[in-house]
Amino acid sequence: MSLINIDEMTQRFGGLQAVSKFDMELQGGELVGLIGPNGAGKTTIFNLVSGFYQPSEGSITFAGKDTRGLKPHQVTAMGVARTFQNIRLWHDMSVLDNIRIAQHYRLGYSVFDSFLRTKRYRKGEERIDSIAWEMLEAMDLKEFAHELPSNLPYGLQRRVEIARAMSTKPKLLLLDEPAAGLNSADVEGLITLVRWIHDNFDITIWMIEHQMKVVMSLCQYIKCIDFGATIAEGTPEQIQNDPTVIKAYLGDDNI
Amino acid sequence: MQKYAINIAFFVGCLLIVLAAQFGMVDLYVQSVIMFMGINIILSSSLNIVNGYMGEFSCGHAAFMCVGAYVSSVVTVVLFAQNKIFGAPILPPDMAVLFMPLAILIGGLVSAVVGILVAVPSFKTRGDYLAIITIAVNYMVISGIENLEIIGGSRGFMGMKQVVYAMSDVVNIPWMMIWTILGTVFTIWIIRRFVSSTYGKGISAICQDEIAAEIMSVNTNKMKLVAFMLSSGLAGIAGGLFAHVIGYVNPQSFNILKSTECLVMVYLGGMGSLSGSVLSAVLFTLLLEALRPLQIVKWVIIPLILVLLMQFRPEGILGNKELGDVFPRLKRYCRFK
Ligand SMILES: Nc1ncnc2c1ncn2[C@@H]1O[C@H](COP(=O)(O)OP(=O)(O)OP(=O)(O)O)[C@@H](O)[C@H]1O
Ligand SMILES: [Mg+2]
Repeated sequence: MSLINIDEMTQRFGGLQAVSKFDMELQGGELVGLIGPNGAGKTTIFNLVSGFYQPSEGSITFAGKDTRGLKPHQVTAMGVARTFQNIRLWHDMSVLDNIRIAQHYRLGYSVFDSFLRTKRYRKGEERIDSIAWEMLEAMDLKEFAHELPSNLPYGLQRRVEIARAMSTKPKLLLLDEPAAGLNSADVEGLITLVRWIHDNFDITIWMIEHQMKVVMSLCQYIKCIDFGATIAEGTPEQIQNDPTVIKAYLGDDNI
Repeated sequence: MQKYAINIAFFVGCLLIVLAAQFGMVDLYVQSVIMFMGINIILSSSLNIVNGYMGEFSCGHAAFMCVGAYVSSVVTVVLFAQNKIFGAPILPPDMAVLFMPLAILIGGLVSAVVGILVAVPSFKTRGDYLAIITIAVNYMVISGIENLEIIGGSRGFMGMKQVVYAMSDVVNIPWMMIWTILGTVFTIWIIRRFVSSTYGKGISAICQDEIAAEIMSVNTNKMKLVAFMLSSGLAGIAGGLFAHVIGYVNPQSFNILKSTECLVMVYLGGMGSLSGSVLSAVLFTLLLEALRPLQIVKWVIIPLILVLLMQFRPEGILGNKELGDVFPRLKRYCRFK
């Protein structure tokens, strides 16, 4: 059984066809890329996979289950986590709280347990607390646990967002342009981090990225879309030399 | 011992108030101001759940107070008092002593259920539109009760004084003072526990970025339901206490003006600050009493205070901080969980 199977997925916004007949199958364990010029429909694909939009046509099957009709929080609970193109951390809460709250679907206690501070409440809080600290430790963020994200440099905020996504214990991690806005030192750090996550967790990573350096050095397989349609796919070498890709990107400084 | 200094001081303070009321050392006026203070604390801190912690804008809080006031009053009057419409009491009036807190809780539960009226639209609507819905619910509740002749319609409903007297006949202590203090402590205790749990912090996540909350596995609809029901349920408890302290309720005591008072207290204290809400409710009650001689002019002065507040300190007295964050040393003398 494949981890995720996207079949002829189409998304229309009024007259605009943002994604058309998109296919994708991942077996699990891969590290793949999605590229394409601005407005190609990449973020829309992630929004569909994470349940934020319902596809106009086609289907998404995750771990053998059709995810159409599910709410985003249910899709996340099934094992899909993501980061956002523009960082969307909860800026008035500590980094630690950001990581804790992302475990909301498996707190294991109810609102009444929170009033009465039952044993179930204490156990649940202890468990998510230890997972949160483990995650902070693993991501090298321990010293910033009590900082507000808005006080951290941009590169660290990206890392916190990835840590927050990881704390939902995903099987599939979607990264939407994780290198956007990073300086070159931070980009190196990000490449190392993504590779480390891929090697150390039982996880599939699917990333959107404009910076070719990042995609080419990380991804095993790349799909390129333009105007919602897939125009090329293959290994980094194949993509790099594909004339249609070069044409789609013509004038784009990134390539 | 030092760790509990403030808790002990608070407990002793409450005990002194009750004793002073018992032995007639403070007159009835001062007693009623103290009870209104408690009721206002419940109102402002419960509204803070929705307007402060969750970042929605509810401006019909008095509707829930109204439901709680009427439900608990009808329950106690039918059970324990002689009434023109409902006739003789069903149970012996002395039992009111035991039943009182339960009646007030029933009022709270029913108004929590009425809170669903606002919670469900909030799944799809936000901000201004939801604010309009809350105003509509406020009007619906008041008009509904005004048209219910069996509970007095627009003339109001009374008989709760008899119930309170019946309680004093059994044991002569200031019952309503005690229940108001306990209700206030209960409210703060519950809200504090809720908003400091990871579960409850889900509503702050909704406030700061609802999309991120939903995508990060927070069931935002359920959290909204919980927040609205908790907020309206506690307002219902405030209403039940209010009705039995005054001894008489009228639908127009719970109109939009009362909701506005609740809003003023939340914004005065600071959104998302529980101690701010408590502080502002205390100040606001005192202010209302101080301005009482001015009569209707007070409704020029209070909005003016709000205008000045929004101009010069829009975040309220404490902002979104707690007293313990502003004065860290306080934490050494207080345990509050
Ligand atoms: N909610 C929406 N309503 C209407 N149109 C939308 C919506 N979301 C996206 N679009 C449109 O769909 C197209 C694809 O947008 P999308 O954000 O997926 O592009 P992208 O590939 O992520 O681009 P970028 O590289 O700039 O992030 C764009 O033309 C965009 O304007
Ligand atoms: Mg995008």
